[in-house]
Amino acid sequence: MAKEIIAILLSALLTENFVMVKFYGICPFLGVSKKTDTAVGMGMAVTFVMGIASVFTYLANTYLLVPFGLEYLQTILFILIIAGLVQLVEMFVKKTMPPLYNALGIYLPLITTNCAVLSAALLNVQNGYNFLYSVLFGVFAGLGFTLAIVLMAGIREYIDEKSVPEAFRGFPIALITAGLMAIGFMGFSGFSI
Amino acid sequence: MQEKKSVVGVFLNGLIKENPTFVQLLGMCPTLAVTTSLKNGLGMGLSATAVLIASNVIISLLRKIIPQKVRIAAYIVVIAAFVTMIQMLLNAFLPELSNSLGIFIPLIVVNCIILARAEAFASKNGVVRSAADGLGMGLGFTAALAIISAVREFFGAGTIFDIPIYGTVITPMTIITLAPGGFIVLGLLVALVNYIMKKGDKKNG
Repeated sequence: MAKEIIAILLSALLTENFVMVKFYGICPFLGVSKKTDTAVGMGMAVTFVMGIASVFTYLANTYLLVPFGLEYLQTILFILIIAGLVQLVEMFVKKTMPPLYNALGIYLPLITTNCAVLSAALLNVQNGYNFLYSVLFGVFAGLGFTLAIVLMAGIREYIDEKSVPEAFRGFPIALITAGLMAIGFMGFSGFSI
Repeated sequence: MQEKKSVVGVFLNGLIKENPTFVQLLGMCPTLAVTTSLKNGLGMGLSATAVLIASNVIISLLRKIIPQKVRIAAYIVVIAAFVTMIQMLLNAFLPELSNSLGIFIPLIVVNCIILARAEAFASKNGVVRSAADGLGMGLGFTAALAIISAVREFFGAGTIFDIPIYGTVITPMTIITLAPGGFIVLGLLVALVNYIMKKGDKKNG
């Protein structure tokens, strides 16, 4: 079991990295990666939501959908759960932890449409993970997202836009940077326990 | 400005002037993930177009009934319902495509293009114009995906629509169809679009 857990953690974090290998959550990855500290904030918020979304979608799927044979409602129910959770988390953090809210505030509503969260929930079901595995997978896939976005922000802070050809400024150079990073992440593939 | 545009103008606006992928840079996840072959790119583009037209029409019909405060949640439910239908239809009639697109079919729900059009256009315009907007944006997205996937399939696998072009003579660059190739090809294409647009601006001004 320990071996299986480590395999899930490593694949979620590195070999199957959500951003660099699987292309989930590209919008925030490109949109919120201009500064390292905001990237850390976004990564943490996503990890947090992915963790609790994995808990609730697992419970909803096992105890609501499967017993009644309603698996085809997965997409609708999961996205509603995620939207609701994001709203609740926002209100909760605002009330109890104002400093954290100030740091994450603007990113929280964006997370509903971050496809990384929905894919984590759907992949948990597809892979047939049990409760513990689902939660671990959600959290570590979130950490993988954080790793990618923080690395990206670190690189982008050092890109001198003036030395980039005009047509490549902004988005294209960010994409090509991401492509080079993805080559790096390919180095992890084939890495297994 | 937008109020004056004709139905055709609305359609062309989505297809070219405000192309969701190359100009607005929305919906990047499916753009990068499914464009490994022309077949997948077209399949994804047309599925998203169908959802976009249907959700635009329904949201435009309901725009006076949906309360302002819960509108985003209401839009998401409408979109998710259509995505589920598409998912079932693909599963039943095109199982092969359904397998190769995999999880990216349910992920159409969180494709920002669809929610953005619901919020920015369908909630403020009539049914016919909303349908035209959905069709234009959807085909703009499809065209962009087709271009990206054709480039990636040609250089990465040496085929177009699975028909071999030069694969036996020169070894294709497999990395183009892998994850890094997706980022790099899209980056180069967006740069090309930027370059052409800047040139056009200089000529006009």
